[in-house]
Amino acid sequence: MNETVDMSNGDTEKEIVIVIRKMHKWYGQFHVLKDINLNVERGEKIVICGPSGSGKSTLIRCINRLEEHQEGEIIVDGTELTNDLKNVELVRREVGMVFQHFNLFPHLTVLDNCTLAPIWVRKLPREEAESTAMEYLERVKIPDQANKYPGQLSGGQQQRVAIARSLCMKPRVMLFDEPTSALDPEMIKEVLDVMVELATEGMTMLCVTHEMGFAKTVADRVIFMDEGEIIEQNKPQEFFDNPTHERTQLFLSQILNH
Amino acid sequence: MAQTVALSPTSQRNIISRLWNDKESRSVIIQIITISLVFAFMAYIIHNAVVNLQAIGKGFSYNFLWQPSSYDINQHLIDYNSRSSHFRAMMVGILNTILIAICGIVLASVVGFVLGVLRLSKNWIVNRLAYCYIEYVRNVPVLLHILLVHGLIVHAFPVPRQAISIGDVTFMTNRGIFSPKPLYEPLFLVVIALFLLGLGFMWWFKRYAKKVQDETGQRYPVFWIGLAAIVGLPLVSFFLLGSPITWDVPELKGFNFAGGMVVRPEFIALLLALSLYTSAFIGEIVRAGILGVYYGQTEASYALGINRGRTLSLVVIPQALRIIVPPLTSQYLNLMKNSSLAVAIGYMDIVATIGGISLNQTGREMECMIIVLTLYLVMSLIISMIMNWYNRRIKLVER
Repeated sequence: MNETVDMSNGDTEKEIVIVIRKMHKWYGQFHVLKDINLNVERGEKIVICGPSGSGKSTLIRCINRLEEHQEGEIIVDGTELTNDLKNVELVRREVGMVFQHFNLFPHLTVLDNCTLAPIWVRKLPREEAESTAMEYLERVKIPDQANKYPGQLSGGQQQRVAIARSLCMKPRVMLFDEPTSALDPEMIKEVLDVMVELATEGMTMLCVTHEMGFAKTVADRVIFMDEGEIIEQNKPQEFFDNPTHERTQLFLSQILNH
Repeated sequence: MAQTVALSPTSQRNIISRLWNDKESRSVIIQIITISLVFAFMAYIIHNAVVNLQAIGKGFSYNFLWQPSSYDINQHLIDYNSRSSHFRAMMVGILNTILIAICGIVLASVVGFVLGVLRLSKNWIVNRLAYCYIEYVRNVPVLLHILLVHGLIVHAFPVPRQAISIGDVTFMTNRGIFSPKPLYEPLFLVVIALFLLGLGFMWWFKRYAKKVQDETGQRYPVFWIGLAAIVGLPLVSFFLLGSPITWDVPELKGFNFAGGMVVRPEFIALLLALSLYTSAFIGEIVRAGILGVYYGQTEASYALGINRGRTLSLVVIPQALRIIVPPLTSQYLNLMKNSSLAVAIGYMDIVATIGGISLNQTGREMECMIIVLTLYLVMSLIISMIMNWYNRRIKLVER
């Protein structure tokens, strides 16, 4: 069924960061992810789209094992995800994640949100962690909010802090789980700008998003999922202009024509 | 063009109606009425008391407090005998209430937190056991728990002559648990000094370790070094100084033990019953607190590579505390007030001393009840004050 376009075959020099092979996942009886095969190259930007309930969030949550898969294998940066807690922690250090609802720690200041993991996981001196944090806060353009609490910021600002918080761990891969879905329209742009900037710097990114403009300008590859399967994947130009699969065409017509 | 404005009906109403319908003046009027009513009620109550006291020929005086109490109290933290004054009996009662309240609050909190965490365990057996315990304990009145535990100790434990002996120094009997009492020799002061020194070192070392972590990222095993300083050092010096303590071991004399220290069955029964009863409620509060922290917080922490233990201590518990503390305060207050049920098994607390025997002997019911009420009120307010201060400290900063 999978009309896989294996992008990695052509260029063998590229390093593969994430390998997903024959992966299945069930929620009880419900088969959420069916035979997922995916290779992600270093520096590649992938946008995953699809109707709600198609398993796209579950897929990227499997990559840092916030969800466990039951069959097949997931290898991130050479480490296979199994029940081994140490390996899981190792992978999570290298894989940053941005959530739909930001999930900032409300009892800590913006700066402490950003330094918590570097201090406790990377064991950095506070001063160094703080200067790194300020660097990233400047890049997401809110250094002046460093000593405020998350509750005092707007949604867009909170999401930018969440991105900075992930970047402070200097991850090799960033996962975005619908980062703009909970934002007001005028705040979406400020978050997308940060993501575009991150993409141009060569970060490996997997984004679940409905922002098709972002997909067109930034993505190297667009993946369409439906009912737990990868239905179609292609370069954005091809994907939007000539969707081959019927379900892809239906989905695109629904989100693009209104 | 000026438009005609409809005349507001306000100006047509009389002054009372206008005052009553104005938001600010209405609140002033209501406050005046309320205060007048409260004062009138209090004046009526006091007048009523004065008239009735006069009618039966009784005065109102606290002089009885300085007369000898002529009754015994089996557990007293300060010197007391039947020739001591009623005032001293009251002090003994207050100390006994404070003792049971503090011990009870500590024990109830520890057991409660453990219960709350067990209740959240994914292990089915552990989870169900905690559930059954909580449902049994909190659905039986606390007075029954007190009578049950007291009954168990008094009837199930042997009489002193057949005491259960633990190494021939501690004896468990139905008259209490007798254990050796330490008699300190002068050299023991050195051990105490070293212990205090250890505490001081710990206080300094904790700050030093934080500074080192801030500067280099390295973390010292603060707990173990602290344990060595506070416990290890005094312990080693204790033996080096030749154990400067002698023990007064309880001995069976006649029908009971003499010498040593004793923990009375009334105290054990009241402590266990009150704290186990309250711990069931605290367990549910703790569970609610932890569940009340949005699961996304845990996920965000995991996603940053922070492990389970640190996620709990750095992210979940600080947020759970703000949900836990206000209802926890109520439970502490309940425990303290429920300790007045001590009178059922003869534990000599405030109610049993000044509100019980002293009252009956002197006939000063008005004076005694005012004292008892005031004491409970003061203790409750102190607990509330401490907990409110703590609650403010951990409050989240919102917009």
